[in-house]
Amino acid sequence: MKQLIIAGLLAVTATAWSQTTVKVEDAWVRGTVATQKATGAFMRLTPSVNARLVDAKSPVAGVVEIHEMVLEKDIMRMRQIPGLDLAAGRTMELKPGGYHVMLMDLKQALKGGEQVPITLVFEDDAKKRFTLDIKAPVTALGGGNAPMPMKPGMDHKH
Amino acid sequence: MPSISTFISSRRQVLVWLVASGTLLLSGCDPHTSGLYGGNSPFKGIDITGADYASGFQLTDFNGQTRSLNDFKGKVVMLYFGFVQCPDVCPTALSRAADVMQQLGPQAADLQVIFVTVDPERDTPELLREYMAAFHPSFLALTGSAEATQRTADEFRVHYKKVPTGSSYTMDHTALSYLFDRQGRIRVVLRHEQTADDYTADVRALLAQPA
Repeated sequence: MKQLIIAGLLAVTATAWSQTTVKVEDAWVRGTVATQKATGAFMRLTPSVNARLVDAKSPVAGVVEIHEMVLEKDIMRMRQIPGLDLAAGRTMELKPGGYHVMLMDLKQALKGGEQVPITLVFEDDAKKRFTLDIKAPVTALGGGNAPMPMKPGMDHKH
Repeated sequence: MPSISTFISSRRQVLVWLVASGTLLLSGCDPHTSGLYGGNSPFKGIDITGADYASGFQLTDFNGQTRSLNDFKGKVVMLYFGFVQCPDVCPTALSRAADVMQQLGPQAADLQVIFVTVDPERDTPELLREYMAAFHPSFLALTGSAEATQRTADEFRVHYKKVPTGSSYTMDHTALSYLFDRQGRIRVVLRHEQTADDYTADVRALLAQPA
């Protein structure tokens, strides 16, 4: 609960400082076990103007990519995409079964409750880049497909 | 304004169209939809009872022990192919399997969840053991040589492929779950889009059948 409020505050402060704003909500990273080298970060992004998520960086990962997961005839395919277009005022959800920020070449195991700093790099319509620093809490591996901690009584299944 | 007869005729056309398109959907080219019982299946998943594939496996578990389907006779087995460095479908499938265990209550003791890695190169026994334990203490993971992995995937008509990304690689793979009954016969294939409730219902249906 406390972490949720802090995460919320962080998102609010970050957006208040930047001129072109992207609201980041319910960011979370899937936890890993030792020697696991890759995982995903998920979140909801709502930009104030048309924007494009073009890159991301994190001190916990050697390589960060933007990925799309598609199921085609029951085969899961995961691909890096060059960017993710965000429409002004519309919420784009990065969630299991769709898009995620892929954290690869992990430098450490990510345990439930830890915070992962991620810098999101966006481009506006004029191709001007701007960044947003977030801290995404880790949901322990096996802790389900939702940000942690969950609000009591809050349904994260969509 | 259309006459009543035109109305009826167009309604009939719509009905015919719906039936025809439904049939087309059911007879799609997916190899897993060729179940023998078609629309009368008691399962939420695809009934493949009597299929001439998915007959079994022989691989090594994360403790180094050779495992085949025979080892689990008397239990219902849920088998899934995946890989650990997978941020999305594999943990989602394993979380769902853990939900199924919870929904089953005491009956969970009669369900064996097995994860077969399609990435034996990176998924070491130690990594697999730790990864499975994060979801449920009873979950087992199997691995094998490149040849044994390919042979097993072929037996289940499972597709997998290494795809380079950046300096690393990811795996495309079939994201279906296979259910065997207590006698070790292949019975049901469940899709990734299906819910834990669907999975639990099919496991329960199989548990209700005699060992």
